[in-house]
Amino acid sequence: MAIFNLTVNGKKTKVDVEPDMPLLWVVRDFVGLKGTKFGCGIAQCGACTVHVNGEATRSCQIPVSSLTKNAKITTIEGIGETQLHAVQQAWIEEQVPQCGYCQSGQIMSAVALLKTTPNPTDADIDTYMSGNLCRCGTYDRIRKGIHRAAESMK
Amino acid sequence: MEHIENNLIEKATSGDLGAISRRSFIKTGSLTGVGLMVGLNSFVKEKHPKKISHTDPKSAVLDLEINPFIIISTDGSIALINPRPDMGQGSTQAAPSLIAEELEVSLDKVKLIQSGGQEKYGSQQSGGSSTVRGLWTSLRKAGAAAKEMLIETAAKRWNASIADCYAQDGKIYLKNSDKSFSFGELVDDASKLQVPKNPKLKDPKDFKILGKYNKRIDVPERVTGKAVYGIDIEVPNMVYACMQHSPTIHGKIVSIDDSETLKVKGVLQVIKTKRPMPHRAADAVAVIASNWWAAQKGRKALKVTWDNGDLAKTMTTDNYFAATYEAAKKEGIRYEEKGDFNAKFANAKQKLEFNYETPFLAHAPIEPECAVVHVKDDGTAEVWAHVQGPDGGLSDVSRALGISKDKIKFNVPLLGGSFGRKAYHDYLNETCLLAKELKRPVKMMWTREDDITQGPYRPGMLSHMQGFVDKGKITGFHHHAIGESIVGQVFGGLAPDESDPWLSGEISTENSKYEFPVSKVSWTNVKTEIPIVWWRSVYASNMGWGQECFIDELAQLAGKDPLHARLDLVKDARYRKVLETVAEKANWKEQLGVGQGKGLAVFASFGSISACCITVSKDGAGVKIDKVISVLDCGYYVNPDNVKAQTEGNIVMGITAAIKGGITFTNGICDQTNFHQYNVMRLNEAPKIEIHIINSGENPGGVGEPGLPPIAPALGNAIFAATGKRIRKLPFDIANLG
Repeated sequence: MAIFNLTVNGKKTKVDVEPDMPLLWVVRDFVGLKGTKFGCGIAQCGACTVHVNGEATRSCQIPVSSLTKNAKITTIEGIGETQLHAVQQAWIEEQVPQCGYCQSGQIMSAVALLKTTPNPTDADIDTYMSGNLCRCGTYDRIRKGIHRAAESMK
Repeated sequence: MEHIENNLIEKATSGDLGAISRRSFIKTGSLTGVGLMVGLNSFVKEKHPKKISHTDPKSAVLDLEINPFIIISTDGSIALINPRPDMGQGSTQAAPSLIAEELEVSLDKVKLIQSGGQEKYGSQQSGGSSTVRGLWTSLRKAGAAAKEMLIETAAKRWNASIADCYAQDGKIYLKNSDKSFSFGELVDDASKLQVPKNPKLKDPKDFKILGKYNKRIDVPERVTGKAVYGIDIEVPNMVYACMQHSPTIHGKIVSIDDSETLKVKGVLQVIKTKRPMPHRAADAVAVIASNWWAAQKGRKALKVTWDNGDLAKTMTTDNYFAATYEAAKKEGIRYEEKGDFNAKFANAKQKLEFNYETPFLAHAPIEPECAVVHVKDDGTAEVWAHVQGPDGGLSDVSRALGISKDKIKFNVPLLGGSFGRKAYHDYLNETCLLAKELKRPVKMMWTREDDITQGPYRPGMLSHMQGFVDKGKITGFHHHAIGESIVGQVFGGLAPDESDPWLSGEISTENSKYEFPVSKVSWTNVKTEIPIVWWRSVYASNMGWGQECFIDELAQLAGKDPLHARLDLVKDARYRKVLETVAEKANWKEQLGVGQGKGLAVFASFGSISACCITVSKDGAGVKIDKVISVLDCGYYVNPDNVKAQTEGNIVMGITAAIKGGITFTNGICDQTNFHQYNVMRLNEAPKIEIHIINSGENPGGVGEPGLPPIAPALGNAIFAATGKRIRKLPFDIANLG
């Protein structure tokens, strides 16, 4: 076991875990933030997507020891703490979620996309969002949600 | 509506004094309270509500279970019980809406409680697209009965006639006056009244909630990470389990070497155990650890030797399908016959005979199977499990633990997808066995590899189709369904001379409404030890493929347009309307460009009728899907937007089932292990879609499944129209049709 100092959603936190433990399990079971989900463990489904220094990252593939000392981790709980993020609001307006299990990852990917591409085309969305699986089949609404969020962020 | 609080009603009805003060939805004062209830079975039988519990002696609030589905407190708080777990199909809105409509309350002002298997709530199984169609009358009656009791109480207090009182937004009003009582002010007296047996239900034209667009109230928590799914449950002193299952599913353990496993930091112990499936229990090993990551690391370090017997032969999908094709050459068990099909077929001048194959499929909900079970020292147990039916779940847990149902508290968190999978309780039984041994809470969680390689799966099936045409019309049709029986394998309930009733009903002419002059439906059971189970739309997902593609083949032989060939066969007005609507919305008659084609299909399942029209264009060696138009007649519905959402899901899942990989077994072992091999549709592949709901005003039908069966055959028919290539085996590569 080893002590790791992390900054999660702006809060400094200390965890005592095995160095090879993926960030996903550190966040869920040691930091106690359950919004980030497990789906496949091999970066195929995107349910575990968080931001590391603002970049969408599959947390199931990041051993906690590989994080740099000042890494800033943002989870679904961290993007709309005081006020819902435009993407979350758009997701409500479009009634995107069915079971909702994959949506933390979908939203974290969408937020990251809009940071670099504020006016995404359908092709941009296709490229960026194809790493996030939704078995309920909410893709049409995810696309609409991203366009709506982009519009509202102008 | 705040978050579902499963334990509330349990506590309220078990007389658990300590729990009452923890109820977050009751803003307590400081006096004594008495609870009252009427059981579901007693909903019509009992003359008077029973006193069932004392609330917090310090509370001013009476929590009155005016009937099993409604708790009204003297402070005006209202809680409604949702008897159907939510796996994304929208039952957290649909079920309470039925009550709220008649009770005249707004859903954003009520608390929602998930039932936990108690008998008084009746069937609690989310499945068979049954929530709205199954509860349409009973839950509305629950709301209406409570409303009548409240009105009667108010009328007495005002010395007014019942006809002069009405309910609105949580209050009873006296007409032509400024008088009103909140439900909370009336409930104590109201709950002592006899429950009306046949309360008057609202005329649908007066509905304020049902049939109207309403946002689902639990969406915000599903976009903020706050929604609690099965995988999110954590209880004090909990340990974690990761399972080692047999690669051949039923292999027997010869030896276990856990020396490396026990060296993994965090691993506590290794347990030889079982995975009890309904038809047989498989050997398994559990690695118990202080966290799940350690448990799965320990599992990887485990060395288990398995005796696989002859599973390499018996559990190979090639062998299974070979047996189905052999069976297609023989006569099956007849389920339905009109005229002498065999004789007419033998003499027919224009006839066709083809086999249509559908693969085994995994449900692959993104949330894997998991459960938390705690067997306590006092002989009671508590369970947290994302099951589709807590009533069945409770029975299974009671059996597995040897503890009576009344000593088990069953909590149902949200289901992160299911599609039928979480109504099969092998993973829950597995957790129970561990909990019994560990005597502390244990959270057992499958990996994705467990989910993909262990089943149960949708069965792979073969449709052997025969048919003939005469003078431009389809005059003879035979559907011979071949494969493993869900009723037979899961329930052990299929006699050798019986056709699987779940399947035969789906392909009967009573269901299809095709009035063939001569027809036959038959069945042959080809068994497999590959575990199978219901999957979204059950056998309709297999059988729609053969039925609807073959209709097109016969139409072509008859020289008929596929739409008109179907309309020739169907007199039923609802079916005709569905077909005519999809043709109209899809502009069926339009001239298409070179290399473009449209295909349609219709299938009825779970009380609803759905048709689909897909347009494709040639694209290299394959085709691309230009548009999918889906039409659904599901009778009355709760929320049109949710009907659309479910249909969107059915389109995505239906296309996935047609063009993405199926599950195959080679030498007893599943060839696919995770999403890199078991592909499901991704966003960049999602087609343009359009959905139309027919407002038929008929009794409610299902919504969660009926949109799926027509998807694959509409696609197959479209590909034939565009390319002249007829596909009869699923899945196929849409980018390369060969």
